[in-house]
Amino acid sequence: MAVSGLVMLLYLVVHMYGNLKIFFGPGTFDGYAHWLRTLGEPFFHYEWALWIIRTGLVAAVVAHGVCAYQLSRRDIRSRPVGYVHRRARSSYATRTMRWGGVILALFIVWHILDLTTGTVQRGFVPGHPYHNVVAAFHDWWNNVIYIAAMLALGLHIRHGFWSAAQTLGAGSATRDRVLKGTANVLALLLTAGFIAVPVGVMTGLVS
Amino acid sequence: MKLTLRIWRQHDPDAPGGMAAYDVEGISPDMSFLEMLDTLNERLTVEGQDPVAFDHDCREGICGACSLVINGEAHGPERTTSCQLHMRSFRDGDTIDVEPWRAAAFPVVRDLVVDRGAFDRIIQSGGYVSVPTGAAPEAHATPVPKAAADSAFEHAECIGCGACVAACPNGSAMLFTSAKVNHLGALPQGAPERETRVLDMVAQMDAEGFGGCTLTGECATACPKGIPLTSITAMNREWLRASRKVPRG
Ligand code: HEM
Ligand code: SF4
Ligand code: FES
Repeated sequence: MAVSGLVMLLYLVVHMYGNLKIFFGPGTFDGYAHWLRTLGEPFFHYEWALWIIRTGLVAAVVAHGVCAYQLSRRDIRSRPVGYVHRRARSSYATRTMRWGGVILALFIVWHILDLTTGTVQRGFVPGHPYHNVVAAFHDWWNNVIYIAAMLALGLHIRHGFWSAAQTLGAGSATRDRVLKGTANVLALLLTAGFIAVPVGVMTGLVS
Repeated sequence: MKLTLRIWRQHDPDAPGGMAAYDVEGISPDMSFLEMLDTLNERLTVEGQDPVAFDHDCREGICGACSLVINGEAHGPERTTSCQLHMRSFRDGDTIDVEPWRAAAFPVVRDLVVDRGAFDRIIQSGGYVSVPTGAAPEAHATPVPKAAADSAFEHAECIGCGACVAACPNGSAMLFTSAKVNHLGALPQGAPERETRVLDMVAQMDAEGFGGCTLTGECATACPKGIPLTSITAMNREWLRASRKVPRG
């Protein structure tokens, strides 16, 4: 859970940073997308580096999902008879890890069909990501999907980052505030950074 | 005080159980929760009914026998054991739900009594230090640094009550196991078994069918002895270190 989660987290930081280039216009953004495909040339062939990254990511997502499934099964089995007197336990971010994770998995599928393959987008033009992003966020409901998913992501990271640090034995009484703070900053930064793009398109800043 | 209790009644491990309601009167706010149950049991006995079975021993918060989930909280609303909880924490006319610890690894024996043998087996698997018997060693033969002594003492406070398991949404026994691992691991006397202790105790914990830890923190909130959540982090660190040093197989 912890290692695969942190791999995805690292990817997300880079991904969010790259996305913000959209505010510098189609030239910068499409140029950046092109560079991603020529990364590592001439040592790598066209798109090789990208496929290596994609393979690593798929491995991380699958490992994370499989571990989450096994962990959840185990946790549910460990209490066959529940309490009659139920009360809300732990923080909202902690309680929503399971369903938040499922929402994020569904979002990842939607996101790839929307902006990588263009399967679910009418005006998709391969090789023109700037155009495709603007077209994608022309539909109000797609903005809702993305913004909801990013809020779920923020919550997942808020508990996930701190939790991963404990799993790896990196926490201590004196370091707890720093780790919790880092988790909150990462969650806020990623959520705000990602949401900036659909908001940019909606407000006409990006068109 | 006059109260309505809703108590889990179950005749034996295989019998179906259910909540049964009882009205109790004449409860003093200075009574402990267990004394309040004694009052109920005296009445039930006089009326020829089965008294409510519950675990208890010292009644002073040090043995870890008492184990009641009160209104959904392990050991009830105060940060103490069920035996040290007083009725002044409740209001006249309250309805109070009383249930046993709930975990697959803690099967109900009867009513509110559960079998915590799983904890004993975790201790047997590594919660000890090997010492040569014979004449008592010179007291200062093994110096213990102050910080290590403090840390060992903090974790040694665990009374093995199991409230951490009862409170955890995953039924995980990580806080208990980590308290024991860190208690003995902090001391020079515990050094010879440092690696095998954590590996064996965690393996036994898993074999008992406890759930996995997702760091919800409910255990440390419920713990009557204030074992901190970072105790689990420290055990994870020990486990990672030990699994690198000891070849498994
Ligand atoms: C495939 C979709 C996903 C599912 C089904 C999923 C589910 C889960 C579950 C069930 C947990 C453990 C819950 C807990 O600690 O209470 C978890 C932890 C975590 N998740 Fe996810 N998640 C997904 C996507 C993500 C994404 C996109 C990230 C990237 C930021 C991420 C980062 C983390 C981290 C760092 C942890 C903490 C690991 C630990 O506690 O050891 N997850 N996830
Ligand atoms: S860690 Fe706390 S709650 Fe768990 S068994 Fe020990 S004393 Fe009880
Ligand atoms: S009866 Fe001993 S701790 Fe409560």
